[in-house]
Amino acid sequence: MKAFLTRRKSLLVAASAALALSLSACGGSSSTTTNPPVAEKPSFAADSTMAKLASAGKITIGTKFDQPLFGQKGLDGKPIGFDVEIGKLVAAKLGIPADKIEWVETVSANREQFIKQGKVDMIVATYTINDKRKAEVDFGGPYYEAGQALMVNKDNNSITKPEDVKGKNVCSVTGSTPASTIVEKYGAVLVPAATYSACLEPLRNKQVEAVTTDNVILAGFVSKEPDAFKLASDQTFTKEPYGIGLKKDDTAFRMWINDQLEAFDKDGSYKKAWEDTAGTVIKTAPALPTIDRY
Amino acid sequence: MDVIIENLPQYWDGFLRTLFLSVVSGIIALVFGTVLAAARVSPVAALRGFSMTYVEIVRNTPLTIAFFFAAVVLPRLGVTFQQFEVAAIIALSAYTSAFIAEAVRSGVNSVPVGQAEAARSIGMNFSQVLSLIILPQALRTVIPPLINILIALVKNSSVAGAFYVLELFGQGKQLANANGDAVMWVLVGVAFFYLLITIPLGYLASVVERKVAIAR
Repeated sequence: MKAFLTRRKSLLVAASAALALSLSACGGSSSTTTNPPVAEKPSFAADSTMAKLASAGKITIGTKFDQPLFGQKGLDGKPIGFDVEIGKLVAAKLGIPADKIEWVETVSANREQFIKQGKVDMIVATYTINDKRKAEVDFGGPYYEAGQALMVNKDNNSITKPEDVKGKNVCSVTGSTPASTIVEKYGAVLVPAATYSACLEPLRNKQVEAVTTDNVILAGFVSKEPDAFKLASDQTFTKEPYGIGLKKDDTAFRMWINDQLEAFDKDGSYKKAWEDTAGTVIKTAPALPTIDRY
Repeated sequence: MDVIIENLPQYWDGFLRTLFLSVVSGIIALVFGTVLAAARVSPVAALRGFSMTYVEIVRNTPLTIAFFFAAVVLPRLGVTFQQFEVAAIIALSAYTSAFIAEAVRSGVNSVPVGQAEAARSIGMNFSQVLSLIILPQALRTVIPPLINILIALVKNSSVAGAFYVLELFGQGKQLANANGDAVMWVLVGVAFFYLLITIPLGYLASVVERKVAIAR
């Protein structure tokens, strides 16, 4: 009995050691956080949102906590990613340092409500601009144009463009827009899954040739398992413009943010933000899309 | 209501796939379940042990796990198939056969032991006793529970919708996503097509029962 107990104890020690190892391995990826130079006492028109935020000295920004490369919360409690970098850059222009930003998790379903209820000052969260959403909130940007892409096994060189999947098994999420695009436009055979991560096993086992959805989601999977998967191409075949979600009818704030985005593009901080985060997987650095000043 | 009529082709496609999964898995499960029940009452200890272990493990784990094994773990072990319907049929029939085995065993137990003894005394061996004397009576007594299990099988096949098979429920999910304004009706349509299989099954049960059942 005693021997059994000690054996169990040593197992426990081994298990906790393994856990500690894997934890430190995860923590390693958070080294890409940067803190952009903060503007000294910027001046804004009185009563503008910018002036209010600047004098408060803090800002609440909504982002995703589970989207690798764009907004993912690390073990240190700080989100990292391209969206987060954009948020930091904007805050810096308001004279707010990165440690005064309060990050709030926003998921696809609650973004409009969080803006309307004033729970966040702005949202940078892989937030696709579309007309339905424009009726509820305003969008600065777009600051990035995502699009549908294909992910294949690392050793697969036969698929490089969407036309290549005609008649082949392609996995995507049941009922999603990418799923219907790949079937209706490109003639693939859909293997429906409940979530995108559920598509990984059939791909690994070569039961499907490719997985399709927005390139940024796929890039996240590739970044986790670069030895198993790769993007079929850096090119995308649909357009999903990502914007910065803002309270409706705060045109002055929206126009100011648009100006800042163009400034980031000029001074190279936009490119740097990309290269530090999503650029580690999606090599082609995007050009800032044309700002939509509606 | 319009949403059901407009999307009848999708519903029909899902309905046929659900029907296919149910019929094929049902037949396999009936055969395998009966074999398991026979093994459970056989004189060979190893067979009894195998049957009991199988039934206890499979019956007491969620169907989702059976699906996970068939659709994800098997391919990892090298058993790959291009059609995920195969995985669904493996999972459904493996799961359902455990329940069938228990139902058939209860039927076997309901046949008075004197009958088996009488058969043995006139020189029949075990398989003859089982196939000629015990099972014909046992199966008749368990028609209602068997049909119950098959109805459950039809409904259980909806789990396949989460494992890469576009059956009725999978189609329903797809339609619900595409018609966010009429989710209620989409689901009513799904329920209707399930009833289209399960209600006739229940009716069949009562007919078969009246025809073959024996009062004891």
